[in-house]
Amino acid sequence: METFKADVVIVGGGGAGLRAAIAVAETDPALKIALVSKVYPMRSHTVAAEGGAAGVKLPTDSLEYHFNDTVGGGDWLCEQDVVEYFVGQCTEELTQIEHWGCPWSRKEDGHVNVRAFGGMKIERTWFAADKTGFHMLHTLFQTSIKYPSIKRFDEHFCVDLVVEDGRVQGAVTIEIASGEFTLIEARSVIIATGGAGRVFRENTNGGVVTGDGMALAYRHGVPLRDMEFVQYHPTCMPGTGLLFTEACRGEGGFLVNKDGYRYLQDYGLGPAEPNPRNKFMELGPRDRLSQAFWYEQQKGRTIEGAYGSVVHLDLRHLGEAKLRERLPQIYELAEQYLGVEPARAPIPVRPAVHYTMGGILVDGLCASPLPGLYAAGECSSVGIHGANRLGSNSLSELLVFGKVAGVEAARFAKAQAPGNPASLLKQAQAVEQRVLAVKQKTGGSERIATLRKEMAQTMEDGCGIYRLAETMQQTCDKLDELKARFRNVNVEDKSGVWNTEWLLAIELEYQLDVAQSMAHSALQRRESRGAHQRLDGFEQRDDVNFLKHSQAHYVAGGPPRIDYGPVRITKSQPATRAYGAAGEKAEQERKASHA
Amino acid sequence: MPEQKTIEIEVLRYNPETDGEPHRQVFQVPFTDDMSVLQGVQYIKDYLDGSLSFRWSCRMAICGSCGMMINGIPNLSCQTFLRDYYPGRVRVEALAHFPIERDLVINMEGFIEKLESIRPYIIPKEARPLAQGEYLQTPAQLNAYEQFSSCINCMLCYAACPQFGLNPDFVGPAALALLHRYNIDSRDDGKAERMELVNSEEGVFNCTAVGYCSEVCPKHVDPANAVNQNKTNSAMDYFLRFIAPKGGAK
Repeated sequence: METFKADVVIVGGGGAGLRAAIAVAETDPALKIALVSKVYPMRSHTVAAEGGAAGVKLPTDSLEYHFNDTVGGGDWLCEQDVVEYFVGQCTEELTQIEHWGCPWSRKEDGHVNVRAFGGMKIERTWFAADKTGFHMLHTLFQTSIKYPSIKRFDEHFCVDLVVEDGRVQGAVTIEIASGEFTLIEARSVIIATGGAGRVFRENTNGGVVTGDGMALAYRHGVPLRDMEFVQYHPTCMPGTGLLFTEACRGEGGFLVNKDGYRYLQDYGLGPAEPNPRNKFMELGPRDRLSQAFWYEQQKGRTIEGAYGSVVHLDLRHLGEAKLRERLPQIYELAEQYLGVEPARAPIPVRPAVHYTMGGILVDGLCASPLPGLYAAGECSSVGIHGANRLGSNSLSELLVFGKVAGVEAARFAKAQAPGNPASLLKQAQAVEQRVLAVKQKTGGSERIATLRKEMAQTMEDGCGIYRLAETMQQTCDKLDELKARFRNVNVEDKSGVWNTEWLLAIELEYQLDVAQSMAHSALQRRESRGAHQRLDGFEQRDDVNFLKHSQAHYVAGGPPRIDYGPVRITKSQPATRAYGAAGEKAEQERKASHA
Repeated sequence: MPEQKTIEIEVLRYNPETDGEPHRQVFQVPFTDDMSVLQGVQYIKDYLDGSLSFRWSCRMAICGSCGMMINGIPNLSCQTFLRDYYPGRVRVEALAHFPIERDLVINMEGFIEKLESIRPYIIPKEARPLAQGEYLQTPAQLNAYEQFSSCINCMLCYAACPQFGLNPDFVGPAALALLHRYNIDSRDDGKAERMELVNSEEGVFNCTAVGYCSEVCPKHVDPANAVNQNKTNSAMDYFLRFIAPKGGAK
């Protein structure tokens, strides 16, 4: 087995991983960085983010507003000190990536333009047409090329972390092109592997979004926090789940039911005005909009399509010129994949899984409880999203906390003595034997695709937009069954070069662990909050018993153990979460009581 | 569910550990009219032959992973539809002009080296402190380079380029378009450094202006336009070098 000696290893080459790598390189150019990614970095799923990134920009806006939107949007399950730090850093980080070349859309005077987004009181979403993630990722990737201390391990798949003397000391990877293993020694490790949305059936995520880093940390005893909070994005393509950005509504699009009625006004989001105000109607938060869809479906007011019920995203009134300028990718997606021209006909949409609010437990400095292990981006739970993420906070998150993770991991690495190479190698060799066994085993009878599909279906059945104890329990049981059946999985392909079947099996095992953490955390949260909504006697938010973070702990051979940690409240006491006219009234009352 | 039919997908297979050379294999794949070629290939992997290897991720023509030759034409398999070939056979092969690593997976290291060689980042006149805020850039200045910044690195243009087929060292359409993107960005001052590569033996004069690269580009980048503008730049640079120390660059 090859060994590579790094100071910091970063697992994941998307937005957070690249930003972290640049931060390490800028903190100390003498530190050797290993950037491990199972795809070439520009393939990472950051690439598919569309709408934009939040950062206070207008004179009418303030950090306080961004803080309040985020904490209220998260249904008060946010770490408020971390949110305060976050909103204070967003604009600087967005400016930094502008200096690196990100082609932000501009106003006539040359300043960066901002657009409206759901749940945000003031326009503060920086955008590059409707390909913001694509441009941010390519800018970060191309900029990272400047730094000679970043050694990339492109198309290297991470199969385990190496932990010794109570701290993480490296990672074991497979070079996909050869099937060969490498031990990358390091004095600190950053996980930046993104979310886990592919454990659900209908989702907006790319094939790579399989929760690898979450599972790696989890198996080494690091809790996964708030995993029950999975975001359904309200406007996705039926069948494939491909995303139609929230910017469609930020630019003025309507959501209508089968009668052409803007139904959101029936769900506490009205009044319905021709140009929706911020935090009203179509500019409400994602959890509320997806929940409203579910009720419309129950009432029989949705439209039956080939892949389930749909409503219409109507952009016609915006006109072709504006659509082509602001939403060019959406326009082409609708044309090519649905045969719908958005300037002439409404787009059929339905909710699909989009984002994992929870993740690897880290503190405000991105440090996990395992010394030396850091995490940033969607794989982490740094505490800014709470029970429901606001659109455009995640792209800012990967910059702000990618940087923090890089700076902190660099600092930690410099303070550590190198490990013992012989015993690290011994551990890595044991990992190699275990992982090789997955493909060398013969006589298995379970198809990977069958197990994966059953997992994705049961997650949708039990952990969808609305949840019941009975179906969540069935999902937990089904996941037990699938984990048992996984032991009998059949990998037909025994070869070394580009053996993607082998990698799919390893990914599926990661997914099953992450899925379990979600289902059990959901079952045990006996309240409704944000994206976790129940219909079995726990319809209300319960701050007495559940204003706390769930923490799922890995238990070998059994279901996870769930316990709870405190939520840090600093400035914003939990209040009724209201949007539309009710939200406006509540805000006025809060102001009056402060006056 | 929409109506299901069956289509033949012929795949060029190659496993260097067992095959002397690539060979063809035909699969019968059930499909519906909304299914992409990628979904057809995924069906094969999931249910017919787990050993088939190919790259893919986003499914929506933005990650750039899933380029293949489809009936001889370079295309993203995620936005090419099986219905357009039915009742005929769909033939999928690894992208032309690249070494095959396995099945539909090509070796793209050469492309990555080219991308790295063009200095694909802003080289400012002088560093701007963050406290000064963003660089001002008008919509017109943005518009000048925006299309060239839309490249998803799918490499279809390399599979289309006859000159790259003849000379694998040619920097090629996508990397030259990206080079041009930075050269004409109002925030950048690195043109002189990049022109060396443009003028070199592997630079723009390899291009014989076939224009097929722009035709197959799924993102309307128009690399042929970028390359041809740089032929003019390169010629200017050559002549101006006699009278100005930094050549034709600002």
